[in-house]
Amino acid sequence: MSSNNLQVDPKGQLRHFLTIEGLSRQLLTDILDTAESFSGVTEQTVKKVPLLRGKTIVNLFFESSTRTRTTFELAAKRLSADVLNLNIPASATTKGESLLDTLRTLEAMHCDMFVVRHADSGAAHFIAKHVAPHISVINGGDGRHAHPTQAMLDMFTIRRHKGAFEPLRVAIVGDVLHSRVARSEIHALNTLGVSEVRVVAPKTLLPARPETLGVHPYYDLREGIRDVDVIIMLRLQNERMTGALLPSAHEYFQLYGLTEEKLASAKPDAIVMHPGPINRGVEMDSEVADGTRSVILQQVTHGIAVRMAVISMLMSSRVTSGENKD
Amino acid sequence: MSTTPPTPLRLHIKNGHVIDPANSTDRITDVFIADGCIVALDKAPDGFTVERVIDANGLIVAPGLVDLAARLREPGHEHKATIASETRAAAAAGITTLCLPPDTDPVIDTPAVVELVHLRAEQAGYARVVTLGALTRALAGERISEMAALKAAGCVGVSNGQQPITNLLNLRRAMEYAVTHDLTVFLHPDEPSLSNNGCVHEGAISTRLGLPGVPQAAETAAVARDLAIIEQVGVRAHFCRLSTARAVQMIGRAQFDGLPVSADVSAHQLFLTEMDILGFNSQCHVLPPLRTQRDRDGLRDGLARGIITSLCSDHQPHEPDAKLAPFIDTEPGISSLETLLPLSLRLVEEGVLSLSQVVARLTHGPAKTLGIDAGTLSVGAHADLCLFDPARIWRVEPRQLHSRGHNTPFAGWEFKGKAVMTIMGGQVVYEEGREKRKDKR
Repeated sequence: MSSNNLQVDPKGQLRHFLTIEGLSRQLLTDILDTAESFSGVTEQTVKKVPLLRGKTIVNLFFESSTRTRTTFELAAKRLSADVLNLNIPASATTKGESLLDTLRTLEAMHCDMFVVRHADSGAAHFIAKHVAPHISVINGGDGRHAHPTQAMLDMFTIRRHKGAFEPLRVAIVGDVLHSRVARSEIHALNTLGVSEVRVVAPKTLLPARPETLGVHPYYDLREGIRDVDVIIMLRLQNERMTGALLPSAHEYFQLYGLTEEKLASAKPDAIVMHPGPINRGVEMDSEVADGTRSVILQQVTHGIAVRMAVISMLMSSRVTSGENKD
Repeated sequence: MSTTPPTPLRLHIKNGHVIDPANSTDRITDVFIADGCIVALDKAPDGFTVERVIDANGLIVAPGLVDLAARLREPGHEHKATIASETRAAAAAGITTLCLPPDTDPVIDTPAVVELVHLRAEQAGYARVVTLGALTRALAGERISEMAALKAAGCVGVSNGQQPITNLLNLRRAMEYAVTHDLTVFLHPDEPSLSNNGCVHEGAISTRLGLPGVPQAAETAAVARDLAIIEQVGVRAHFCRLSTARAVQMIGRAQFDGLPVSADVSAHQLFLTEMDILGFNSQCHVLPPLRTQRDRDGLRDGLARGIITSLCSDHQPHEPDAKLAPFIDTEPGISSLETLLPLSLRLVEEGVLSLSQVVARLTHGPAKTLGIDAGTLSVGAHADLCLFDPARIWRVEPRQLHSRGHNTPFAGWEFKGKAVMTIMGGQVVYEEGREKRKDKR
């Protein structure tokens, strides 16, 4: 598959980080291990390592984001890189050529890495394919396709709590159809070898062929989370309520909203995750969101270490391949 | 640019393997051409003085190919291609007749546009261009077009292109008016509320890549609806560019029931599937989308069983920028004139069709659908011929395509079989190794 070749160099090192699909278990484990080594940094009083001094990282956001952009920015700064934040509203770019033009302009400024968020599936692949060879691209979320750093920080959180992946049952609940987070998580969980991945949603919010992703679909929440170790709730965009996908927020919460009472069918030590921001009273009760099994805020904290890991791994692959080549 | 057409030559095509399915001809023999027409097979007519002898030993001598659908981009999109550039590419591909759908800019809904297209094609002199008129004005699906005037200007049928007619009463009336003027209606089966701006087949790949999908039902629901109205109205109808195995079955059933319906498929649908999109390959962005292996096999089966009687290129040349964007923002379509014959010949290699059946689907089949006098080597017919070398191995190099559009997913594919000479109206319009470098505008 061409996406593999695009993101992994012939020596197996990451050149770009675009999707989890096609990456090896070893590589994912390396990311988690590297993140583990960085998590110490974020807890020190001087939260900085001089790894990327003199490097410039551009946060290229064609779609708004607070959390992802901020954690990428913090991660880059803690690695001592310079960070440039560019928020380009979709209306300002009229597709295709001007996207390439934006890239060429930034390349001319001698940047080293782009973190890209874009509303179109495949945008990060497109940019990685056309960018100058010295630049690495991290996918910060493309359309409904992938959000690999979010998936890795979720894996990091799961590993911290559960240790090994193999015995785990994981349920992903909510709007899987439109979710890039869900797609990346499914690939990550299956690559890391969990025993079962389930998706729980009404058929209107599931993709056409979920089984081809290696998951078991469930329409019933209680059934879907029965005896699972991890529950990942997905965000439901407000605009999904206005179309014909769902009858009302009320009925959605009745059927798919996570409450303490429904949570009882999961394992007693099951953890509850959410990529944020939460719609309280739609995806889950506040009682669950703020409860003892919720690890939602830890996910945010881990996001910084995981993004530091990915950024530094991409940069080091550039250094080593540069030494051999030039 | 006006060049006076050179006088047609008296040609003797010698020792070629002549395949003319319309006349059940399939043997090594000679063809004689004079005054732009076929004058004899096997033996020269009395008093025939030859001006040029063409040695066709080892070559297939077939009727010039008839392509049911080729966007020539003129008028309106000359930055992509022109009638001159694309008819020249057609000649190099063995195609002597092209059918232009009405979705030009302006739309082919007035005689003036029809005349413009025909004039430009004649000036270029590489291939015949026939036109489909708009079924509704500006393809808007509201008012029916002036079909009598369009037919008088030369349109061979009517179509709404890929623009849907959502109001079924309007569709019914447009079909009734087409019956009145004895015109075939060319339909692109797509229910827009179901395809819902999708850009790939709804299935494993749309699930994986997070791209909006076009369900199979977008095609089958439209076919079912259209068949119901066709039956009611009694119009002669042709379904364009089928993509699903189910639609082939439905049309086969309707033909069995006696409805006057025919169908075509684009060559790329018989070789590519949704899997080819992996990695967000925008060269595989086509509409209707590439579907599953089962659909591909169903389309091949429909072709073999004669439910589908035409293979077409669905040629859509683009400038490079049209494919340089995230997948969903790219323009759909393939520059496919020059891969039509080699892809079709691959069906023979793969045991789907016989060589004679392939030639039929590329010549007589589409000519019959268009109701035009073409696609045969009958004595008295236009001398439109394609001479191809069935054993020639070549590799697709997009930059070397004659078409202005270099957008092809077949880059690097190795093909067996290539047109080496194309004759239109008794003139040699393409001869391998002897290409005139004119009309580069």
